[in-house]
Amino acid sequence: MTSVPVPERRSEAAIARRERARALVRTPSFVLGASIIVFWLACALLGDRITPFDPLYDQTPEISASPSAEHWFGTDRLGRDVFSRVLAGSRDILVIAPLATLLATMLGAGLGLVTGYFRGIADDTISRLIDAVLAIPLIVLAVTVVAALGSRSTWAVTVVIALVFAPIIARTVRAAVLGEAQLDYVEAARLRGERAPYVMVAEILPNVMPPILVEATIRLGYAIFAVATLTFIGFGLQPPSPDWAVQIADNYPYLADSWWTVLFPALAIASLVVAVNLVSDSVQQVLER
Amino acid sequence: MSEPTLRVEGLDVVYRVRGYDRQVLRGVSFEVGRGESYGLVGESGCGKSTVALSIVRYLPRNGRVSAGSIRVAGADVLGYRGATLRAYRARTVSMVYQNPGAALNPSLRVGEQVAEAFTVLGASAQEAGERARAALARVQIADPESVLRRYPHQLSGGMQQRVVIAMALAKDPALLILDEPTTGLDATVEAEVLDLVASLQDELHTSVLFISHNLGVISKMCSRVGVLYAGRLVEEGPVETVLRDPRHPYTVGLLRCIPRGGVRKDHGRLDTIPGFLPPLGAEIRGCVFAERCALADDRCALEEPPLEAVGEGHASRCWHRDRAAELPREFVADLELPKVDRTGPPLLELEGLTKVFRQRGHDVHALTAVSAAVWPGETLGLVGESGSGKTTLARTLLGIVPSTAGAVRLEGVDLPPRYQKRSRDELRALQIVFQNPDSALNRRHSVRRILLRSLRKLAGLVGSAAETRMQDLAARVRLTERTLTQKPVQLSGGLKQRVAIARAFAGDPKLVVCDEPTSALDVSVQAAILNLLVELQAEKRVAYIFISHDLGVVRYISDRIAVLYLGRLQELGPADVVFDGPHHPYTEALLSAVPTIDGGGRDRIKLEGEIPSAASPPSGCVFHTRCPRKIGRICEETEPPLVEVEDGHHLRCHIPIDELRRLQGKTEAVAR
Amino acid sequence: MVAGRRPATTAQVPEIARYVLKRLGLALITLVLLSMIVFAAAQLLPGNVGRAVLGREASEEAVAEYNRLHGTDRPAVVQYLDWLGGAVRGDLGESLAQTGVPVWDIVEPALVNSLKLAAFAFVLVVPLGILGGVLAGLRSGRALDRGITVVGLSLAVVPEIVTGLVLILVFAIWLGWLPVTAQPEPGAGALTQVRYLTLPAFALVIVLFGYIARITRAGVVEALEADYTRTAYLKGLPHRTVIRRHVLRNALLPTIAVVATQVGYLLGGLVAIEYLFNYQGIGLMVLQAAQQKDFTLLTAGVMVVGTAYLLVTLVADILFALLNPRIRFGVAE
Repeated sequence: MTSVPVPERRSEAAIARRERARALVRTPSFVLGASIIVFWLACALLGDRITPFDPLYDQTPEISASPSAEHWFGTDRLGRDVFSRVLAGSRDILVIAPLATLLATMLGAGLGLVTGYFRGIADDTISRLIDAVLAIPLIVLAVTVVAALGSRSTWAVTVVIALVFAPIIARTVRAAVLGEAQLDYVEAARLRGERAPYVMVAEILPNVMPPILVEATIRLGYAIFAVATLTFIGFGLQPPSPDWAVQIADNYPYLADSWWTVLFPALAIASLVVAVNLVSDSVQQVLER
Repeated sequence: MSEPTLRVEGLDVVYRVRGYDRQVLRGVSFEVGRGESYGLVGESGCGKSTVALSIVRYLPRNGRVSAGSIRVAGADVLGYRGATLRAYRARTVSMVYQNPGAALNPSLRVGEQVAEAFTVLGASAQEAGERARAALARVQIADPESVLRRYPHQLSGGMQQRVVIAMALAKDPALLILDEPTTGLDATVEAEVLDLVASLQDELHTSVLFISHNLGVISKMCSRVGVLYAGRLVEEGPVETVLRDPRHPYTVGLLRCIPRGGVRKDHGRLDTIPGFLPPLGAEIRGCVFAERCALADDRCALEEPPLEAVGEGHASRCWHRDRAAELPREFVADLELPKVDRTGPPLLELEGLTKVFRQRGHDVHALTAVSAAVWPGETLGLVGESGSGKTTLARTLLGIVPSTAGAVRLEGVDLPPRYQKRSRDELRALQIVFQNPDSALNRRHSVRRILLRSLRKLAGLVGSAAETRMQDLAARVRLTERTLTQKPVQLSGGLKQRVAIARAFAGDPKLVVCDEPTSALDVSVQAAILNLLVELQAEKRVAYIFISHDLGVVRYISDRIAVLYLGRLQELGPADVVFDGPHHPYTEALLSAVPTIDGGGRDRIKLEGEIPSAASPPSGCVFHTRCPRKIGRICEETEPPLVEVEDGHHLRCHIPIDELRRLQGKTEAVAR
Repeated sequence: MVAGRRPATTAQVPEIARYVLKRLGLALITLVLLSMIVFAAAQLLPGNVGRAVLGREASEEAVAEYNRLHGTDRPAVVQYLDWLGGAVRGDLGESLAQTGVPVWDIVEPALVNSLKLAAFAFVLVVPLGILGGVLAGLRSGRALDRGITVVGLSLAVVPEIVTGLVLILVFAIWLGWLPVTAQPEPGAGALTQVRYLTLPAFALVIVLFGYIARITRAGVVEALEADYTRTAYLKGLPHRTVIRRHVLRNALLPTIAVVATQVGYLLGGLVAIEYLFNYQGIGLMVLQAAQQKDFTLLTAGVMVVGTAYLLVTLVADILFALLNPRIRFGVAE
């Protein structure tokens, strides 16, 4: 069927928007993902107030106890309640990952806009540099920079992840901008004497927002991925943070004896990344429909 | 006994969109007899393609036939499943559609694709290869061997469509469906493809269902025609009868919209069809056209008229079929067009304007030494095939692409080649209306914002002054208050183009380039836009450079016409002179290629080969490789100068004007 | 009669040759830029290398002496050119941590180990991913499609450490089918090596599957909706022929180029996996070099990983061009 350009009336457009929102709420994967994210956000905000035991210091006599009625997820080798620690474990990652994503998105979108709009030498140079940076796997680059900086503070990790993600976002945004810049409205703007910053920010940017938002939600998932991996190999969050990956790194050597100290935080990480992914995937589905 | 090749009866098709069934075809019935060619005409969104896809059983996944029957060669098509459906497609029916480039598999050689049409019928690989060669020869491809070895992207659009037609005819189908087969092709190529189809049809006696929005093409190719509106067949009959004596107000309106028979803007305004096509799947109780019909009364709104005979094989679905021809004209005030004074200084002068692009290590001569002038208040039409340099000319004079050599002069002052270096006054003086309003308007901005920004940048207006001017501007192009708050996606194509025009006029331009401003629009909308442009010209004495491939439209709106071929001006003169001749042999061929509703008239002048590459233009006269009137070596060796042969009429040809007049006027055109 | 627009062009051969040359040139430029970035990140970013290596307690004199000895007190450009000159000759310098040992002697065995693991994972995931993508594409919008897409993409975002841990827990600890580590005894036979590599390889497969499947699916869906597919069906060709000759042929071509970019993720995944399974590959080596502040070894390791990635994408791009008639024979203007 060839496209049927029916004059879409205002009311129809509004209905379509509302239908999209409703379609999103009706998508089971969106509801599931959003619920999980809300759950972990609540845990992060409420912190100690909802954990049955103190996640950091509570020393019970039971050391490395397997899951029971009192300690649902068992206790670790210092006698801390694993269930409480899992609930508390979302705190730091839910700050770092979104922050890093936000920074990366702003930086990447800016780079993408400039390179996609101006083309020419600036674009060629920056694009080559981005290619070169992207040749180094994310974790390897992050490890290198963290080691070289000699700092493993939360801030350093956030900034490193943002810097490593920015080129990836820049590449996506650049492609979108290249497509937009060919459209006649850009030419019309130039012909009424608009300057480049105005054309980029006021004309093109609003039109490339959807791919930027989609990219940001995807990157958020990978930011959680990256923080967890970096932490596990010792280059991210450090004890005494109750972070999930810190717990896994701590207890990994005792996996065979007390699996619960590793498995439950691992599943918590999985639940969060999958939830973010489900939400971003449903949003894309609905937008593309 | 003599069952027609195709019989469609009471066909209803619905598409499921966002959970609702939307009806796109409403009880469509028609027949195509053996060896007959039947045209289905209508504007976009009327359901033409849906009819075709239903017949070949290839509706999109969300579409289904909800009622009615389709019989081809006596058999019920809707009952086919699996093997029977494949056999039906392999042996009985063929379809050719728009955009042949997409219809061919990009990663298979042409030979393999054509041969498939034979292997599916049980031919051996070798036999299929031989028959593929014969099939290409049949569609008049001179060198089938080499074409068979190519990939589709190595062929031109016209060649690709020939290959597709060859595949479609491979099985000698009982029914051939052509869905806008020449839309998007240049006029000369279109004419060749149409001639080919016509001659093959004579030869093969295939029944043809020809779908097009172009009444001229239908009138050239078909013996009977059905007019489709909003999924309803509203009129049907022999082509000549329907075109001469239409009995449905929609057909009447459609015919009146089209500028033809040499009408020009100073002869009067074009008729339009008010209102919009009902939205897809709308619930309609009465006549589908009632909402837009000037003859409609209460009965029309409530009761659907039946398709009733009005003459021999001629039927109309209208309560007022007997007075359809009296459809009142939409009232439009006559207007006084400004007299163009060419004794004074011109508004815009192009002098030796040249543009060379550097592409893949080659110099592409897009524009070579174009000199012309435009006076205040006049329209210069710009015609030529794709690749002739029309759009490059427009972009170069606007400064979007800087010229390589030559000058653009506005009121005697040289303009900087790049728009960045032009002053606000220079920018506001030259504006453009683009072809595709979807691309030309920022889809994230409201109409208000689009217009206010232009007023601010071009007219220097802000605040309440800008507001007042915007209201004024909106009223001038007939945009409603509500439209102002909307975004482009919420507007129809015609309204969007009005917004684009309003934007161009924000700074009171002296000259507006109109780059195919109506080619993306339906004819009824096109007429309204042309009327608007003429009104604005009368009122503001603005000059236009009007680019179009539709010669009827160009003739209607232009005072003078420039013909471009391979970046060179071939002919320049008053519109009537250029159209009526004697003209440049290229202009002559271009004019003869256009199928008109009025039919007949010119003999087709065929052009040899295809437009050469601008990277290596021919020596001498660039047109000599295709010129049907080439006189000899001189054409190959020396480029003729552009000379004024009569008052204001410039030609670039070695043949003297009187000789051209004799050749084109009296003797028969050179047929092949 | 109309002849084809292009005479059997003589420009066909140079077209592809020019493409390959251009691609090679770009790769070379990227490689040089890569070396600058790596050098800057690993050897200049620490600022004072001596201080970074010796720690906060070391005396000023000791740090100065260290820097003088290792040449890290020279200007950055001199250091870089010196290093680059060595690298071009195959001399990547000496390890800072294991004094006197040439870096390449440490890199080489690690690289071989990683290539084994990566190749194993790649051989598993490419056919699986493509198969999954094709199935999803052909059933797009249906349950199977949603299943493959959602599960595949969900697994793709779960960190390898999590999937790896679960695999170890289930298959090594609870079921006892496979070893906990990936490192077999020296001199183990091929079969034993495969046994040891199975778990880490699958951890990588799980991460990569979703992405490859998604790209493949997108290609298939696009090809299914294309006009040429309609042409093929309307010729009366059987479904299987249409899918094989028309849909898959066009859908899988772009997949080649995209699959190559996944090598990057694969190489990145090696760090976590090799650490988790205690496997002496390049990932673990980079990690240890970073922990020990062995900056020369770190530079070499990162450089090797980046170069490997560039090589694979280069080969994939050229392969893509050779298979794609539009590039092979140029695009008509």
